[in-house]
Amino acid sequence: MENTMQAVPQNWYLLLSTFMFCIGVMGVLLRRNAIIILMCIELMLNAVNLLLVSFSSYAGNAEGQVFVFFIMVVAAAEVAVGLALLVSIYRNIASTDIDILSKMKW
Amino acid sequence: MTQTIIQTSNLYLPTILIPLLPLLGFFINALFGKKLGHTSGWIATAVLFGAFACSLFLFLNLPAGGSETITISNWFYFKNIFVPFAFLIDPLSITMLLVITGIGSLIHLYSLGYMHHDEGFSRFFSYLNLFIFFMLLLVMGNNYLIMFIGWEGVGLCSYLLIGFWFKNQAFNDAAKKAFIMNRIGDLGFIIGMFMMLFYFNSLNFDTVNIGALKLGMGNMTIIYITLFLFVGAMGKSAQLPLYTWLPDAMAGPTPVSALIHAATMVTAGIYMIARSNVLFSLAPHTLDVILIVGTATSLFAAVVGLKQNDIKKVLAYSTVSQLGLMFAALGMGAYESGMFHVVTHAFFKALLFLGAGSVIHAMGGEQDMRNMGGLGKYIKITFATFLIGTVAISGIPPFAGFFSKDEILATAFEHNKVIWGLLSFSSMLTAFYMFRLVYLTFSSSFRGTDEVKHHIHESPATMTMPLIILATCSIIAGFIGLPTILSHTHLFKNYLASVFAQSKLIMPAGHEISHSMEWILVGTAVTLALVSIAFAYQKYVMQKHVPAADEKLKGISKVVANKFYVDEIYNTVFVKPIMLLSDLFLVVVDKLIVDLLVHAIAFITNQIGRALRLLQTGHVGFYMFAMVISMIILLAVQIFVVI
Amino acid sequence: MLTLILLLIPLIASILVLFLKGESVKWFSFFATIIQLIFTFYVYSVFQNKEAAKSLLAINIEWISSPKINFNIALDGMSLLMVFLSNLLMPLIVLAGFNRTQERSHIFYSLVLLMHFALIGVFVSFDGFLYYIFWELALIPIYFISLNWGGVNRSTVTLKFFIYTLAGSLLMLFGFLFLYWNTNLHSLSWFDLTVNHICSCKQGFLFWMFFIAYAIKIPLIPFHTWQPDTYSTAPTQGTMLLSGIMLKMGLYSLLRWLLPIIPNGVAEYTPIAIALCVIGVVYASVIAIMQTDIKKLFAYSSIAHVGLIAAGIFALNMQGIQGGLVQMLAHGINVVGVFYCADIIINRTGNSNINSLGGIRLLAPRFATYFIIIVLGSVALPLTNSFIGEFMLLFGIFEYNSWAAIMAGLTIILGAVYMLRMYQKVMLGDLNENVTVFEDLKWNEELVLATIAILIFVFGIFPKPILELVEPIATEIFKISFVK
Repeated sequence: MENTMQAVPQNWYLLLSTFMFCIGVMGVLLRRNAIIILMCIELMLNAVNLLLVSFSSYAGNAEGQVFVFFIMVVAAAEVAVGLALLVSIYRNIASTDIDILSKMKW
Repeated sequence: MTQTIIQTSNLYLPTILIPLLPLLGFFINALFGKKLGHTSGWIATAVLFGAFACSLFLFLNLPAGGSETITISNWFYFKNIFVPFAFLIDPLSITMLLVITGIGSLIHLYSLGYMHHDEGFSRFFSYLNLFIFFMLLLVMGNNYLIMFIGWEGVGLCSYLLIGFWFKNQAFNDAAKKAFIMNRIGDLGFIIGMFMMLFYFNSLNFDTVNIGALKLGMGNMTIIYITLFLFVGAMGKSAQLPLYTWLPDAMAGPTPVSALIHAATMVTAGIYMIARSNVLFSLAPHTLDVILIVGTATSLFAAVVGLKQNDIKKVLAYSTVSQLGLMFAALGMGAYESGMFHVVTHAFFKALLFLGAGSVIHAMGGEQDMRNMGGLGKYIKITFATFLIGTVAISGIPPFAGFFSKDEILATAFEHNKVIWGLLSFSSMLTAFYMFRLVYLTFSSSFRGTDEVKHHIHESPATMTMPLIILATCSIIAGFIGLPTILSHTHLFKNYLASVFAQSKLIMPAGHEISHSMEWILVGTAVTLALVSIAFAYQKYVMQKHVPAADEKLKGISKVVANKFYVDEIYNTVFVKPIMLLSDLFLVVVDKLIVDLLVHAIAFITNQIGRALRLLQTGHVGFYMFAMVISMIILLAVQIFVVI
Repeated sequence: MLTLILLLIPLIASILVLFLKGESVKWFSFFATIIQLIFTFYVYSVFQNKEAAKSLLAINIEWISSPKINFNIALDGMSLLMVFLSNLLMPLIVLAGFNRTQERSHIFYSLVLLMHFALIGVFVSFDGFLYYIFWELALIPIYFISLNWGGVNRSTVTLKFFIYTLAGSLLMLFGFLFLYWNTNLHSLSWFDLTVNHICSCKQGFLFWMFFIAYAIKIPLIPFHTWQPDTYSTAPTQGTMLLSGIMLKMGLYSLLRWLLPIIPNGVAEYTPIAIALCVIGVVYASVIAIMQTDIKKLFAYSSIAHVGLIAAGIFALNMQGIQGGLVQMLAHGINVVGVFYCADIIINRTGNSNINSLGGIRLLAPRFATYFIIIVLGSVALPLTNSFIGEFMLLFGIFEYNSWAAIMAGLTIILGAVYMLRMYQKVMLGDLNENVTVFEDLKWNEELVLATIAILIFVFGIFPKPILELVEPIATEIFKISFVK
């Protein structure tokens, strides 16, 4: 386990996860489709997961990996609820564009 | 720590019974009065005679010069201050007890006739009994707090009785005024008590006296205490400037005026000062104040009395004037003379009021003397007794008023010639307006309507009996205090000697005036009285002068008839500004300042919310953008700003 | 254990009453409060026996370990007095509603009983946090009572009341948190806080946190403007709860949570506090003189009375504290009496303006008698319940400062002025044309008023048991809070 993980220098993990996180952030900020935004959020979560796993491995501390499992569970629940909401929104207005979904104001 | 043990003396039972009987009468009348009908009045009268009998028993059984404390319970205590519910029986309280229960019973008896047709018959007697109960507490208490209970209690009963005919709002106003003015005095009393508690840790008369003696003569503390107590006395005993309630109090039924506003309650202030004689003797400055206030009141009220046309108002002002005389006596340190005048005054003033009541009864409620006249022919007993009362108050020997008044005047002469002159003048005025009253009411011919004339009748026996008894007392009561020129034993003075013994030690004893001087003084006083009576006779009988209608009055007599506009002045100076202040507080402070502040805070919060809510655009993209930006800012702060 | 039962009876009753309907709701509530009252007497008898009392009356179990919060309830003389007052007034308050018809009465009485529960909780809690919970809990039922069963303009008035008191409570919560973190025991237990005082440098600031919270609840000027409106708008039973018991929470808290906890802060700012109270006494009395609305008149008179109590407490001497406690009991009884009388008048005539009333005594002599007894009780005539208290309070203030006592003593005069003026206008004189019919008292009204009248005299003539009940705790508080 340690060998496989540590075969790659930690900087690469950092770079990759930063890169993934930025993609996620940009996607969330720029895209208008709610499903894609959800996916981008997942991307960000996974970027963090990656980072946690790598740090946990390098530091030899399992706590980080416990967090990862926790995040995965929460993410799964979030996706389930989020998608369910989106499906019902789509049934009502036949669209998932967040610019149209702006009735909840003031 | 006056942890007193309950005594088993033979005086215990009668002492307890004295206040308890009227209280019992009150409960019977209050709870079952309606069912009992007229019996209730008889019960009320009977309990009072019982109380009188008990008082007599005490009088006969208390060893001469002795005093006894009867403790009922330790009422309450806080810190190291114990307030027992205890009675003090000594010559002073017995004197007051006899006056209150004695005259009280006669007035109850009288009321049986006077109030016979009133629908509030039993209510009237319940109030009267309650009044007697509180009055007895006032004079029997062995500490200032018990006295204060009675003090406020009689104020309450006075309120209830003045406003007895509560349908009439003018009467209610008078009642309210009496209560409130009394309460002004009560505040003084209560502050005086606080000072005693603070300095002497007790309210018991003897403990306070001991403490005060330690402080010594002319101590500022004692001067303040006595001044505050005197404020209390001013309220209750209708002295300047708190006297205006008493003339208005005549709105009550006449027996009430006789009992409360002439014979008993209004003398409470004098009793209180006599009771605290040690304190007052230690405060010569306070005594001077009392002397000045008393003299001024005596003179002022006598002047106002000259121009009154309501039969009861004349008597009311005469009461104020006589009270002033008593205070003047106290102010000179002549406590016995003051008390002596309390006793004699109680007899003849009660007599006069009851006589006036009988007149009003005969006239069917008419009180204006201008509509009377010639009544002497129709109501002979009333006339005779009333005349005795008038002679007594005018100070003609050998009637009761002469002796007590003479004693005060003699003391005044020795004390200060100016005071003597003023008091003599006021006595002269008294003689004049009292005979004016008699002449206008009883002599010459009837001036009222025929209808009223037809109605005139002598009162029933329940009413005339007390008149006759009181008249007898007014004749003979003076003999308990013969002046030195006639006798060497002043019975009354000797009886009370033990009460005032201590203050006699403190006060510099005045030198006795010579017998010849005293004869001259007596002669002067009697001559002055006779002259003014003659003057009244000349004006109201010979010339048949009738006071003019109110509208026709001009100049000084108009001012006097309107009581120097004191009520109006009080109204403008005190009542109106307070009402104005009340509105001002409510509108300006409460509504404008405080509420405005509160509403301003609410308004500002509201406005901020209104502005901030515009941030909620509803665009998810905007929210996410804001989130990311905020995170970056926080990150930057974390990295670059060292906290 | 017994204290817990005292606490639970109203709570259980409040839940059970939800399942009832119609008249049985009132009877059930009445019996529940009567049982509570009887039980209080039993607790009192236990309390007298010092040895048994300790084990039977106090409960202290851990509730939350971090932050350390204990479920700590107990009874001492002061708590018992307040519990006694609440339990004495509750049956009267319930009984007062017997001949009134109310919509959804089961919810109404459930709220009243819930309020009872919260009030008892406030009085028996000895842990700051628990106390705070009960303090806030008491606000909820009264809010709904006023909102749903109140008079004209109720939503505005109730909102003002709610926000006002909540803002005060927030300051107090902050004060408690501050205390928690800045004392070295890290505990909010009363027993810890009274022994282990916070550094006196921080007490001045803490004083204001607590003082403002209590000043709003009591209310003292200038925090009083919620009160007259709320009193006149709330349904009568709500007003009775508010004025009779709930504002005693503020006064009780002064003695329980302010004086002994931050004595230096109190000592520092006492002059300001007393000045506010004394000015409040005169100010409210003067306003009461010209009030035409009968309920507002009583509301202002109540501000004057509680101002006097607070002034006596801040005088920081034995007679002030003891007098304050006695007067709380007396004022609770009297104020419930006057508001009930006001309610009877308003209910019968549909009119609350004293200028358009009059002559009621002619039609209802029994009512007039009870009313004058209650009026005399509230002007502190000797031998009525409020006399001893007022006497001791004024003496306490006098010992602090004689001028303040003279100022506060004006209440003796002004109280008589506004009360007698009101009585004269409403009850005396000839019949006003607005008052043509006025039925004399019904059985439940007579029972309530007669009880109050008897209590007025009983506590006036026998003040000793009450004074003795509160003496030990008053001495203790005095010793703790007396600085220098």
